[in-house]
Amino acid sequence: MSQLPHKVTADPKGVESGPHFMDGDHALAEGALAAGCRFFAGYPITPSTETAERFAERCPSVGGLFIQMEDEIASIAALIGGAWGGQKVMTVTSGPGFSLMMENIGLAVMTETPMVIANVQRGGPSTGLPTLTAQQDMMQARWGSHGDYRAISLVPDSPQECFDLAIEAFNLSETYRVPVFIMTDETVGHMHEKVVIPPADQIEVVERNWYKGPKGEYRPYQFTGKDVAPMVKAGDGHRFHVTGLTHDERGYPALTPEQNVKVVSHLINKIDSNVDKISRVEEDGIEGADVVVVSYGITSRIAIRAVQEARKSGLKVGVLRLITVWPLCENKIRELAGKIKGFVVPEINYGQIVLEIERCAAGKCKVISVNSCGGAVHDPEEILTAIKEAAK
Amino acid sequence: MWEIKFSGFGGQGIVRCALITGKAISLYDGKYATMTQSFGPEARGGACQSQLIISDSRVLYPYCTVPGVLIALSQEAFDKYEPGLGDGGVLIYEEELVKPSGDPNRVKRYPIPATRFAEEAGNRLFTNLVVLGFFSAVTGACSPDAMKKALPGLVPDRFLKKNMAAFDKGYEYGVTQHDAVAAGAVQ
Repeated sequence: MSQLPHKVTADPKGVESGPHFMDGDHALAEGALAAGCRFFAGYPITPSTETAERFAERCPSVGGLFIQMEDEIASIAALIGGAWGGQKVMTVTSGPGFSLMMENIGLAVMTETPMVIANVQRGGPSTGLPTLTAQQDMMQARWGSHGDYRAISLVPDSPQECFDLAIEAFNLSETYRVPVFIMTDETVGHMHEKVVIPPADQIEVVERNWYKGPKGEYRPYQFTGKDVAPMVKAGDGHRFHVTGLTHDERGYPALTPEQNVKVVSHLINKIDSNVDKISRVEEDGIEGADVVVVSYGITSRIAIRAVQEARKSGLKVGVLRLITVWPLCENKIRELAGKIKGFVVPEINYGQIVLEIERCAAGKCKVISVNSCGGAVHDPEEILTAIKEAAK
Repeated sequence: MWEIKFSGFGGQGIVRCALITGKAISLYDGKYATMTQSFGPEARGGACQSQLIISDSRVLYPYCTVPGVLIALSQEAFDKYEPGLGDGGVLIYEEELVKPSGDPNRVKRYPIPATRFAEEAGNRLFTNLVVLGFFSAVTGACSPDAMKKALPGLVPDRFLKKNMAAFDKGYEYGVTQHDAVAAGAVQ
């Protein structure tokens, strides 16, 4: 049975309408509150702590709950409990905490529990560069937990987009019952810019799809590979089970290869079959371009500088900004690869998403990585050099 | 486009200066502003800096490349950041805390006894607002009206009037000094 997402307008209690001069971390918290999130469990870590602080500060006035957990493993466990208790839930972290979260993120994926996890990325590995920017966890967002699965990752390029994408993250999370990651970075997290929060009645929020049928017939899962079963609140008298084991429609363990086919293919296909609805990109000057710069987050802003310079010297350069990094817009990359001379992929990591671009380009055009070990944004000159190389 | 660096030592209200200016520009002066700040061990006790980019169109690169304005409220900040200030740029410094070295004609120098003015206005905690008023007058990068509109929420309500008075003191002094520098009377 197909269930369309139920859209409503935001609860005005959580919406601080008006123009603000705000950093990305605070904007994430405001976006979460506007989306109806009222439960936050987390463990502070630079450079994400300001989100937790803002959420905690606002909780009393909006009727929310903030728990500082003992660690990031427990944070996700608390989110799973909070979500099955009926709340929209969120946490925020950075690299080291993201690593700790991975086991229970798998549990959230398997139990199809909606939640939003923001990773304000900093330089790694390990504790690395606590106060300096990076985009080094992009593959971890895709493959970090064990087993085959899909999740969604959104990447904001500004404090305004931190607010906007926080709302979108909750909407996607509720629609597909899947963890959604907001993969921002220290630069955007700590950068102050104008953030306009619209009036509550102009903010579209996806409500949880609540089960309305008779007690005793509730099934927490359906393995259609397209859409997801409605949810109930734990304690409301429905009998069902939530487990990380391979399970049947009622949630009880069903440990057979046949059932695993049903469950795993559903987890994957509910995202893959909806890529066109989920994936968002921003394009500029793609038509007729010889070179396309593919970037995301803060790097896309730096890249535009290089693109402007390249265009001044007569090069035909397009820009493809990935707002949704996972699932990747594979078809668009494949299509472009047949038309252009090369992709340029700047990232504040040693080359992660560029591997995906290479895979999709499949040798049809050049793919040039402009990588960095993290700690600072690119010098636009490095990107410009790569654009010139790709245009040859 | 303006690239502005505010610098001093932790506790002088350096970051607050950039926040107030950024809010004033983007909310009340109709332009774009992007503010970043030093964030790390150096922010606690040592040199502290905050950067503000002001533009008529969306700011892309969020950091200063060659600042056109430097506000230095400590000797360490002057020593560290003055060499990076662009030729012909504007240097605003706390004249009782900074003894400038180097070529005096490379940039336009605007000294101000900001801490003393703040004490006269009631408390040395208002030093940053004196500096902001001065900055507004000598650069014209941000209107004084917008600055004042930006203050509520960024300074404690009970000190709003005194902060405004400190701002005015700096602004008035800035108007006279701006003319003096233009006339070559102040080096």
